[in-house]
Order: sequence, then C-alpha cells, then structure tokens
Amino acid sequence: MKIRVDREKCQGHARCKSLAPELFDLDEFGNARERGDGSVPARLEGRAWLARSNCPEIAIEVIEE
Amino acid sequence: MSDSASTMREHPSVKDWINDFDHTDPRWTQDPFPIWDALRAHSPVVHTERFLGCYLPTTYEAVKEIAYDTEHFSSRRIIVRDVRPELIPAPPITSDPPAHKPAKQLLLPSFTPDAIKKLEPRLRTICNELIDEFINDGKVDAASRYTKHIPVRTSAHMLGIPEADGDLFIKWIHEILEVGIKNSDRLMGATHEMSAYFAGHIARRKNSPTDDLISTLMNARDKNGQPLPDAHVVGSLRLLLIAGIDTTWSAIGASLWHLARTPADRERLIAEPELMPIAIEEFLRAYSPVTMAREVMKETTISGCPVKPGNMVLLSFPAANRDPAVFPDANKVVIDRTENRHAAFGLGIHRCVGSNLARMEMTVAIEEWLKRIPDFRLDPAGSVTWSEGTVRGPRRLPILFGNAN
Repeated sequence: MKIRVDREKCQGHARCKSLAPELFDLDEFGNARERGDGSVPARLEGRAWLARSNCPEIAIEVIEE
Repeated sequence: MSDSASTMREHPSVKDWINDFDHTDPRWTQDPFPIWDALRAHSPVVHTERFLGCYLPTTYEAVKEIAYDTEHFSSRRIIVRDVRPELIPAPPITSDPPAHKPAKQLLLPSFTPDAIKKLEPRLRTICNELIDEFINDGKVDAASRYTKHIPVRTSAHMLGIPEADGDLFIKWIHEILEVGIKNSDRLMGATHEMSAYFAGHIARRKNSPTDDLISTLMNARDKNGQPLPDAHVVGSLRLLLIAGIDTTWSAIGASLWHLARTPADRERLIAEPELMPIAIEEFLRAYSPVTMAREVMKETTISGCPVKPGNMVLLSFPAANRDPAVFPDANKVVIDRTENRHAAFGLGIHRCVGSNLARMEMTVAIEEWLKRIPDFRLDPAGSVTWSEGTVRGPRRLPILFGNAN
C-alpha cells in the first residue's frame, strides 16, 4: 500500500499527522506530505485509511498495490 | 460614540425560519440544531431579507462549495451584520486570492503542531493555577473562571501583550462579534480602540524588539523585501486576538458542558485517555463554535440554488457538521467516531490558522480538568447561557463537583 498527499488540496488541517505520525511529515507552513515514497508498512495500513477518512479536504489518496 | 437608534434595532422574533431566518434570534442561540435540521430538510440554501439580504447554506456540500469558490464569494466581509460597514481589513482572514496566500504564510510557521507543542507545559500550569482557585469551593462558573482564561492567557503570551489586559480583550471581542452585529458605532469604536492598543505596542517595539508575534509581523518582509504597512500588521494582530479567544473559550466550554451532562463519556475518557484526540474532534464537530460569512460578488448557483450578488452568506460550518448525509447519527455525540471530516476550522484556503493551537488548548484544558475534577454536573440552581451570532459557546456554565450540593 502507498499513500499520496495532493499538495494542491492540502490546507494544513494536520489531521493525518495526528492520526498517523509515522506516515506523514509537515512542512514549515504545516502542510502535509507523505513520508519518503509513501510506502505504508502492513502494520500501519489501518492508520493510513484512518488518515484518509479524516482529511477534511479529501487530499489523501490510498493506493493498494 | 453613543448608541443611536439608527444603528441599533432589536430584531422581530422569527415566525418563518425558511424565508426569514435570523441567527441572532434567542431560539437559535439557545438550541440551533432543530432549526438547522428543519431548514436542511427544506433546501440546501435558504434566504432571509434580514441583514440586507443573506443566504444560509444548510448542507455540508453547499457550505463546501461556497468555501472553495473564491471567485463568486469574497472574504472581505466575514461577519453578517445589520449594516455593511466600511471594510475592516484583518489579513489573511479578510483577504481573497492572490493577496491571501502571502499574508497567511507569514503566520503559519508560528502555528504548526511543533511550534504549538512548546506552549503545552505552560498551558498545563495555567489550567492548574485556575483550578486551584476554585477546587475547594465544590462549585464554579466554569465559563468565567476557567474556560475563558485559558485562551486569554495563551493569546497574550503568544502576542506579547499583558495577560492583565484580558478584560479589555473580552470587552472588545464582545463589542465586535456580538453587539457589533446590530450596532455599528460600538463595532467601530472597539475596532479603533484595538488598533490604537496595538499601534502602541508596535511603537514600543521599534526601539526594543521582542520575541513574540507582534515582532514576527513587524520583521516580516513582502516578496519585494519591504516591511508590511503598519495597517497590515495591526489588522493581522486584531485578527489573532479576536479569533483566538472567544472561539477556544467556546470550544472548551461546550466540551465541558457536554461532559457535565454525560457521565458515560466522562468515565470513558478517564479510563481510555488515548481516546482524547478522537473525542476532541467529535466535540469540535458537534459543537463547532464558529460561523463565518462571505459576500456574494457574482451571480452563481450553489447546490442548484441561485445566489445573487449584494447578499451576504452565513457560512455555517456548525450546520454543515450536523448534516446526516455526511455524518451518521449527526446529532449524537460519538466520542469514538472514526470517520470525521468535520469543518469546524473551515474548508479550503481559509482553514483556521490557529487550529493546532485550539486543539492543544482544548486537549490540555479537558485533561487537566478531568484529573482534578473527574465527577461533575451542571448546577440545577444556575442556568447556562450561550453567546450570540458568530461564535457560539457557554458564557455562563455553573458546575457542581465533589460532594457539593
């Protein structure tokens, strides 16, 4: 599984960072990006879905490989 | 300036909510939720002739469409009032693209989760000092002795202004956000007083800079390397003070009000403290304090409803957050709600700059309260009162705790 943050849509609510801190980083303005290449370890897949389903801007994509 | 009849009128009581809604009607202030449900069942957008013409989007989808549409809807006026006073810029909240982004980027680094985290120990101390003052009484008006002071002290600290001026801040905010809906003299009076107050603080820092948000804004440079005009700095400072206090005061108060009436949620949060972040989001959804506004600039349609320029829009994030099409059991507080895309901090480019701070203040305030006062209830001898208009939260919150009768 991979995640991707749409930087155009992200407005910095930071819900993803609170719910799945291992999967997201915030820039100096507090806007989110996926950590590294966005790969999600199996044990964190639930967290990735949680982050996606709580993003108010619908900016997070979960890609199942 | 004095109150004059021309700028202050009491509104007639609402008889037809669908065609004549009024968010200052006492019934809306007391319990807006059934009103929103009835309006939403009728139409995604309703209109009133009050406030010189104003729409209310009632669904999450309609609120979102408007929040995302900066072409047809301007933020130059963000409060629905009886009159359309001269514009009072408070960038970035009153800014539209393209001026909005650079003005917001000046503030954002001071409000990231990491920047806010540094304030947490001080906030825990503040909460405990406040609780110390009434813990032996067995009862307290939590709105005037606890929830109000947490954002007042936090905002004063961040801005670099005296905590002792807190009563002045509360007075100005009340005049601007509540009284000022119907009385433009009091609105402009408080706005000018606030501007003069910040101008004084700016002048003092020109010789002796400090490490606070006032200096951050004074030291900021635009893309041409020029300092911001004083009017921009003062406008942003007015915004930070106004937006940081009543809002968080309301959010903490509404959460405590819910917990005072819901022992099961209280006990669960004490037993499962890891649930707190999810519960805070649910309190934010169910009791969102802030209703913003937009001014219609060009004709368009929202959720199929025609919208005409010259009108304001009451952008009710609180009503959006009660929309059952998006939130199952929308009128129920579910403290472990796992899917919660609430819009309490807005949607789109105007997402609240202080959202991370507000969350932290709420979390710390509730955690420290529950540690010291795990068992509490509303005082049946008192009555809860709620603020009117733009920001809704308890302004009197009489609570009994321990063995007090």
